[in-house]
Amino acid sequence: MSAAEATRLDHGDDVGGMETLRQGLRVSPELARGWLVTGLLALTMTGGRIVIPIAVQQTIDKGLTGAGGPDMSYVAWMCLLCMGGILVTAFASYLTTVRLATNSERGLATMRIKAFRHVHDLPVLTQSTERRGALVSRVTSDVDTVSQFLQFGGFIFLVSLGQMFLATIVMFVYSWQLALVVLVCFLPLFASLRYLQRKMSAAYGVVRAKVGEMLSAIAEPVVGAQVVRAYAIEKRTQERIDASIDDYRRTATRAQAITGITFSIGGLAAGLANAGVLTAGVLLGVDRQATLGEILAFMFLVALFSDPVQIATQVLTDAQSAFAGWRRVLGVIATPADVVDPGADGVVQRRGPITVEFSDVDFAYPEGDLVLRDVDVRLEPHRRVAVVGETGSGKTTFAKLLTRLMDPTSGAVLIDGVDARSIAFSSLRERVVMVPQDGYLFDSTLADNVRFGRPDVSDAELLDAFESLGLTDWLESLPDGLMSPVGQRGESLSAGERQLVALVRANIADPDLLVLDEATSAVDPGTEVRVNAALERLMSGRTSVTIAHRLSTAEAADEVLVFDQGRIVERGPHADLVSAGGVYTHLHASWIAQRSAP
Amino acid sequence: MCSRVPLPRVPDKGSVTRRGFAVLRVAIYEEPWVFAFSVAASMLYGAMTVADGWALGWATDHVIRPALERGDTTFGAVASLVSLFLGIAILRAIGVVGRRIGAGVMQFRLQATYRRRVTRQYQKLPLEWHHQHPTGQLLSNANADVESAWYPIAPLPMAVGVIAMLAFATAAMFAADVWMALVGCLIFPLVFVANVIFQRTLQPLATRAQELRADVSEVAHESFDGALVVKTLGREAAETERFTQPTNALRDANIAVNKARGMFDPVIDGLPRVGILAVLLVGVGRVRSGQADAGDVVQVAFLFTLIGFPIRALGWVLGELPRSVVGWDRVQRVLTASGGLEYGEEKLTSTGAARLDVTGIRFGYLPERDVLAGVDFTIEPGRTVAMVGPTGSGKSTMTTMLTRLVDPEEGAIKVDGIDLRSLARGELADSVALVAQTAFLFDDTIRGNITLGGDYPDELVWDALRIAQGDGFVKNLPSGLDTKVGERGTTLSGGQRQRIALARALVRRPRLLVLDDATSAVDPQVEARILAGLRSAVQGERAETTVLVIAYRKATISLADEVLFLDEGRIAAQGTHLELQEKSPEYRELVDAYEKDAERRQEEAELAAELDDLDSEGASA
Repeated sequence: MSAAEATRLDHGDDVGGMETLRQGLRVSPELARGWLVTGLLALTMTGGRIVIPIAVQQTIDKGLTGAGGPDMSYVAWMCLLCMGGILVTAFASYLTTVRLATNSERGLATMRIKAFRHVHDLPVLTQSTERRGALVSRVTSDVDTVSQFLQFGGFIFLVSLGQMFLATIVMFVYSWQLALVVLVCFLPLFASLRYLQRKMSAAYGVVRAKVGEMLSAIAEPVVGAQVVRAYAIEKRTQERIDASIDDYRRTATRAQAITGITFSIGGLAAGLANAGVLTAGVLLGVDRQATLGEILAFMFLVALFSDPVQIATQVLTDAQSAFAGWRRVLGVIATPADVVDPGADGVVQRRGPITVEFSDVDFAYPEGDLVLRDVDVRLEPHRRVAVVGETGSGKTTFAKLLTRLMDPTSGAVLIDGVDARSIAFSSLRERVVMVPQDGYLFDSTLADNVRFGRPDVSDAELLDAFESLGLTDWLESLPDGLMSPVGQRGESLSAGERQLVALVRANIADPDLLVLDEATSAVDPGTEVRVNAALERLMSGRTSVTIAHRLSTAEAADEVLVFDQGRIVERGPHADLVSAGGVYTHLHASWIAQRSAP
Repeated sequence: MCSRVPLPRVPDKGSVTRRGFAVLRVAIYEEPWVFAFSVAASMLYGAMTVADGWALGWATDHVIRPALERGDTTFGAVASLVSLFLGIAILRAIGVVGRRIGAGVMQFRLQATYRRRVTRQYQKLPLEWHHQHPTGQLLSNANADVESAWYPIAPLPMAVGVIAMLAFATAAMFAADVWMALVGCLIFPLVFVANVIFQRTLQPLATRAQELRADVSEVAHESFDGALVVKTLGREAAETERFTQPTNALRDANIAVNKARGMFDPVIDGLPRVGILAVLLVGVGRVRSGQADAGDVVQVAFLFTLIGFPIRALGWVLGELPRSVVGWDRVQRVLTASGGLEYGEEKLTSTGAARLDVTGIRFGYLPERDVLAGVDFTIEPGRTVAMVGPTGSGKSTMTTMLTRLVDPEEGAIKVDGIDLRSLARGELADSVALVAQTAFLFDDTIRGNITLGGDYPDELVWDALRIAQGDGFVKNLPSGLDTKVGERGTTLSGGQRQRIALARALVRRPRLLVLDDATSAVDPQVEARILAGLRSAVQGERAETTVLVIAYRKATISLADEVLFLDEGRIAAQGTHLELQEKSPEYRELVDAYEKDAERRQEEAELAAELDDLDSEGASA
């Protein structure tokens, strides 16, 4: 993975807001569905908020202090009208919320699914395990942040902005002088908003970092319980935990204090505006330039004005992280997949004996040195090939190219003479199957796991697959047979048993070419024998390539490919190579020393 | 913790609300002063909110109206107006800041206190307890559950302040006019009830969304972890289908949450507005009949505006109670769990290699099945002993007992003749080091992971790494010993992690070293070098370390002076490797499994060759 790609996966493309919006709409077109109607409804909904100040002004000027004393029927009619307004507003508010939520949630779900599907095409997923957590965040918490923001902050903020706008208009209609007074009183708040918001963002950024530190400290006595006890470092561990808990408490309290102060400033500005409006109002009213109703209506309008300003700081902070999350998800979707399915144009091959040819293949990771060079080799059908070499010699890369988990930097991998890149994935994955070192199991039953590659096979066929690998007795030894739960990652089974499941899974998939990455980790000898017997049966009648870590595998192969520093340096049957005095002879000698120690 | 009266008890049964209030009582008990402070601040805020309404009414009747009617005003009147409103605003702001900071301090202090208690309990509870609980659950007990237990603390002071505010407001309204006050007495309870219904409707919906978020995350984790299998079997589309189900369910759950919000929000927002209209209507009638002033109408209407929002705080607290109770119960399950090892007073004073006596050890994870059923053996100081046995024979259990992570049910383990149970806390770790098969590394530097905070100079650390065959790769890391484990680009392989864990044990120069298949993930060639290094290190001029090694590979076993063969919960045979091969067929079978396998291949290959020959003969005939 290149540095540029890494950045993109972590932060998204460094593009402006409009570009993110454009990309986002392209990925989730649902977001813009029916926006005109929603917009009109939202406008209606905000309109309802200014009903009350107007009602107050009307009641006081026309109903209470009108020429003929209190006018009951005028007030009654007006209240009825306002009541209607409030009802319409409430209904519009319901419709707006539901429409906005439905569209945005649908859009986000679409984006989540697209991102998930795309991640499976990214080479980074299988190449660097440490990045997996980040990729999971892209389709989980990042999308959730956007959704939560829309739920809690987004709608409210939009409505509040509209409310402020309308309140300003009404103020100017009543009295431009008083409106100016209000704006001047709020000016210091507007001016400091950006500053306060930045302080709040920074404070919450620190809080998030401290949460992470605290979580990893808390994990120590849980995940590492054995080590902590065996080395009697409980005190040190607790000190680290206490320090991180306290750090978090301090920063969280600080962030809370900043929020509190910000909110109170909004209240102060409102108080200042009230005092200003009343003073100016009295002075204007004395000159008959403002009525009592207008002055009092302003008090209600100021309340409409100060609430949005108070929540704005909080919402802006949330908006920032929501936007960043959105950009990160879009960044993942925009990252090109380097192994692409030719799809409908792809060649669909006939099943049967398979020939694989590497033609002048070089491979380098982006911005890295060549890890495989000038590989030129042809593997005939029904042969059993073992690939050996020291760690880092290129043998794993060879297997990944063979299964098209990656594409060569130059040269081509040909399957029955056809470039693997032009074969449809569905056809290729049917013919070529790799059994990885650790056969990952999903948290489900044994049956679900073995039929993972072909969900349509019957239980009878499953039993046959166990039988043909000589595993019926093992299957019967399990309490619930095929329905036995395997646990998370298959942890209810031993490492050796997981390998057995992976082999049955490959047997069900029934490929023409079997690529095996032999497990290095220790399996208890009993299971080991079973695994080897099953392997033997799985490989018979098939072309197979095994990345061998064990001597016996190389010995039993028809042909051994010896890798050294990215090249095939030797090739031939074990018997020929062992006495040739080359790399293989050396490897063999150290194997022997290992195995036949007294 | 506290020497005062014991903590208030949260009843085990009863309605969620009742239990929730009991949890709140605990919170108040834990932080009485902070609570008192924030409630005082909140009451100031409540009083000043009501004062705002009163001030407007007063100003209308005593300053604004007279001025407008007379067409003149005085400086004093205006000055009193300004100072009244500014004064109230300032006091109110002080109340808001005090309330918010107080609530924050209280909430975060409670979180910290309970996190400390929970993690202390994790350290105290026996390893068996840990094994009975999934890691994820324990982490969320200390984090998310503590957090949700104290969620209602954030709005609690405000809610208490609001109750005061409502009392003041009611008084103020009745003082202004009885009829208008009655409108308030109708509207405010309605707003409150609407809030409670809203929160109670929302809670289950929000909980469901939360659960679905976890489902989505689980599928994503699993699918990405198993990416290689997914890819090699071409199941990307099927996996996407599997991911689509919880994603769409989450989408629908989120929409349901929003629908509830969309339904209740206009009602809760609208009720005070309807109330204001009613107040205007009633008020005009009262003014007409001369029983109220315009100022009274304005005051009550303004109060409705001011109180409409804060009254929601009551709903927030009540709405959070169910979640709080769930969090509290989960935390309590940890805090009330019992168990833990008792320690004695004895010290280990000897300096050379340790002697180990194991007598009559009996232990079982399940009541009816003993894993170890009477294990006896002795290891003389300085010897290197291999323990061999089939899977499930109790080898790992044995190692955890030697380091006293677990105590045997029967029998005794003695180091230098002293029973482990009578040793003082921390005493054993100075003498005995265990390296387990799965190497746990801390979120720390390589150095920190080896020294674990102990005072070891770098030369000793490098020495330990050299024997563990880890000096090479550590030197090549970007910052050497100072490289942080797990930072980007420095992810270590299983074998490298094992070597660091081994160095961690070696740097302590333990008098008894216990290796539980500790080099399983290391390349066989490297393993050979580690074993050779270990042999010369621990068995140099003067053997200072006794070694017990659990082994599968023959080369590992060959390191030993003696082999203990553990089978069916007992030491079935004991002696040198060659002796055991002579006298125990089971042992022979076990350690020869690899070789047998290799031989079998050989035979099959020969057979296949013969068949090929026959085929070709047949063909040529």
